[in-house]
Amino acid sequence: MSILVIAEHDNSSLKQATLNVVAAAKAIGGDIDVLVAGENVGAIAEAAAKAEGVNKVLVADNAAYGHFLAENLGELVAEVGKNYSHILTSAGTTGKDFMPRVAALLDVAQVSDIIRVESADTFVRPIYAGNAIATVKASDSIKVITVRPTGFDPVAAEGGSASVEQLDVVKDAGLSSFVGEEKAKSDRPDLASAGIVISGGRGMQNGDNFKMLEQVADLMGAAVGASRAAVDAGFVPNDMQVGQTGKIVAPQLYVAVGISGAIQHLAGMSDSKVIVAINKDEEAPIFQVADYGLVADLFEAVPQLEEELKKVL
Amino acid sequence: MKVLVAVKRVIDYNVKVRVKPDNTGVDLANVKMAMNPFCEIAVEEAVRLKEKGVASEIVVVSIGPKAAQEQIRTALALGADRGIHIETDEEVQSLEAAKLLKAVVEKEEPKLVILGKQSIDSDNNQTGQMLAALTGMGQGTFASEVVVEGDKVNVTREVDGGLMTVALNLPAVVTTDLRLNEPRYASLPNIMKAKKKPLDAMSPADLGVEIAPRLSTLKVEAPASRQAGIKVADVAELVDKLKNEAKVI
Repeated sequence: MSILVIAEHDNSSLKQATLNVVAAAKAIGGDIDVLVAGENVGAIAEAAAKAEGVNKVLVADNAAYGHFLAENLGELVAEVGKNYSHILTSAGTTGKDFMPRVAALLDVAQVSDIIRVESADTFVRPIYAGNAIATVKASDSIKVITVRPTGFDPVAAEGGSASVEQLDVVKDAGLSSFVGEEKAKSDRPDLASAGIVISGGRGMQNGDNFKMLEQVADLMGAAVGASRAAVDAGFVPNDMQVGQTGKIVAPQLYVAVGISGAIQHLAGMSDSKVIVAINKDEEAPIFQVADYGLVADLFEAVPQLEEELKKVL
Repeated sequence: MKVLVAVKRVIDYNVKVRVKPDNTGVDLANVKMAMNPFCEIAVEEAVRLKEKGVASEIVVVSIGPKAAQEQIRTALALGADRGIHIETDEEVQSLEAAKLLKAVVEKEEPKLVILGKQSIDSDNNQTGQMLAALTGMGQGTFASEVVVEGDKVNVTREVDGGLMTVALNLPAVVTTDLRLNEPRYASLPNIMKAKKKPLDAMSPADLGVEIAPRLSTLKVEAPASRQAGIKVADVAELVDKLKNEAKVI
């Protein structure tokens, strides 16, 4: 078997999710090649070549791939991937965007968001917002798969020595163009891969109050997230949303502040190793999944938490 | 400009999902069904485009059992003009759904096709992108804003790390995200009027598409449940537990 992994990156660095996807590829078994498509991605290709278990890195470096337009990436990946038995990428918004195009162009099904590999053709994935877990067998000759990164421990970022090969395939479908973007700038770790996440919900009452969480987050080196209720209320931007329809996270420590614990939210964080809930409503469902629950007014508890952490960190 | 909207009949999002004891699937017997929430947003967006004078006609299509006509009628009550029902009792997976919708696109020649980004049952997030690929259209997935300008549509997309805007040649496919709009409720007079709006029924064979699933579900299980832990008395105890018991800080 031969597996093609499409690297996730932002044209400046390789995303850790790529290492989780390589881990999923290792669980399938076979030669693993990584395709890095983007613009000015030489350093990213070098980083991918060092990842554990990678055989070869293929590089498609062209302005046509600079903004990861699905129309162009879809054609490229279908062309490069047609001779592989499996094509994998991370189930981030980029992978979710282009990968179904690849499957359709190859006339095969896609298996979305897998969290476990049972065998080369059988995979486990959540359905119904994580309320059920399905084991699915794919019969197509090429398996097109998106991988939920938190389902697989990443391979080592260093130690590999794959060869790097430039591709001269340029696919510009001419259907779409990039207009602009608004990316949240932050020095905190990426929400999806952070070791500690502290999230606020409707109980935060407004966006300004999230500063309290940011101060605690900076003490612990944590990322800051939010529930859908907090995002819908306009407290914080959508990219901070943790939940079935937002980011799926599985950090070592997840601290839920003023979050009641709707099913939608639990689906996005219940694989965290340790969960802490701070909520003044002792009946809140979040306490049913929390390892440590504190029934308290968050406006008193969070500043105290900051003080206590300063003593021990 | 003609707009095609695809809608799916799924379990109502308020219903607690239960896995069948024999692990063959989710129990849907006597369970309330409804239009997929992302599809409601798609219908709403089409209706708003019509209210702005951008869309001239809204055609709504659904694939599924006879009962899926309820969801088509709902869309008609919300403001769609005409319905198409592709009737089948078989499980239709994303690739087949995209092929069926492609056949409808070829017949109807819409300028814009709007779908939900995913259905809340299978959570695949595939059909819109597959339809776009099969019809050679551009796609604006996970849309939070849709602006039609001349022969292009600008779509602002919810992506990891923020928002991204793309310009697509028309015809194009748009898939909706949660914050695109807030769907309205159908009024009683509109529900009555919707009963008289045209609804064509056809089979997958009529459209020349064979339903041949490529994925088989071997089993469906309930997720491992997490046990509630302990309640701590105060913040000091919490920090102590995190440091000395859980050892995560």
